[in-house]
Amino acid sequence: MKNQKDSPGTEPSSNQGLSSVDLQDDKSTEKFVRDNVLWMLKTARRILGDDGLAEDAVQTAFGSIFRGLASFQGRSSLKTWMYRIVVNEALMQLRKRERRREWSIDELLPVFDDNGCRIEQDWASFETPEILLQRSETKEVVSELIGQLPENYRIVLLLRDIEEMSTAEVAEVLELSEANVKVRLHRARAALKKLLEPLLRGEQL
Amino acid sequence: MMGLGKTTMRRLHGVMFKLPYMITCEAFEDFILAYLDDELSPKQKFVFEMHLKLCRECREYLRAYRAAIQLAKDGDEQIHPLQDVPEDLIKAVIDASRR
Repeated sequence: MKNQKDSPGTEPSSNQGLSSVDLQDDKSTEKFVRDNVLWMLKTARRILGDDGLAEDAVQTAFGSIFRGLASFQGRSSLKTWMYRIVVNEALMQLRKRERRREWSIDELLPVFDDNGCRIEQDWASFETPEILLQRSETKEVVSELIGQLPENYRIVLLLRDIEEMSTAEVAEVLELSEANVKVRLHRARAALKKLLEPLLRGEQL
Repeated sequence: MMGLGKTTMRRLHGVMFKLPYMITCEAFEDFILAYLDDELSPKQKFVFEMHLKLCRECREYLRAYRAAIQLAKDGDEQIHPLQDVPEDLIKAVIDASRR
């Protein structure tokens, strides 16, 4: 994880070796839970956008982790394995919920003419992110629009750009090839750019 | 080039982008991710930046694309402040582990 801004306990503890988790020992179990609960909640909240659902997802994820620890093969790092469980659990919760408004990716990708030239609406005005972020409503709008991205793309954008995982880590967590992660990330960003255009052009939403 | 219609401009670009060391906007699109991750070879980077100099549409597109990434990153930090340690959840997890 590249993000150094958070305090301990909010990022997966990469050195949390299996030997240090003893499920027969209450203190060891509690330490393991405390070391990991915040980053797991943060990740689940980003996917679900809801505190209660995120807590449910994390609780179920811990159950899966405890059950799986004994047979964990160490083919990926413990951190990546735990990430995969949390992400999958959050995605399951998401699918159980009522469908939100979600675009199809093709509607949001850039358009080119027969010569391969970009068809882009003129940018008469452009508001920088710095200016936009000074407004209280911006973060809410951005969050809402990220939520409208198709799930397969949104999850890659969340893990790569917001959780700041590497391409290789995202590929492992989502069990995709790195090439596939890159394609999805680029499309997710292009789609988000399209959805953010009215905001960036300074138009009323 | 002022006064030329957008379609004419695109047609001109269409011809120009077929010249050596030139790429179309569509090819440019495929390089954006690697460019931002600084993964292009020096020659690819030269070709990419040459296109960027010549093509206003791609320049503006890339500016908005980068702005979208920044808004996603910085917007998110503000909307998801760190929570306090959720004691209830920790207790529930530990209780469940004992079963």
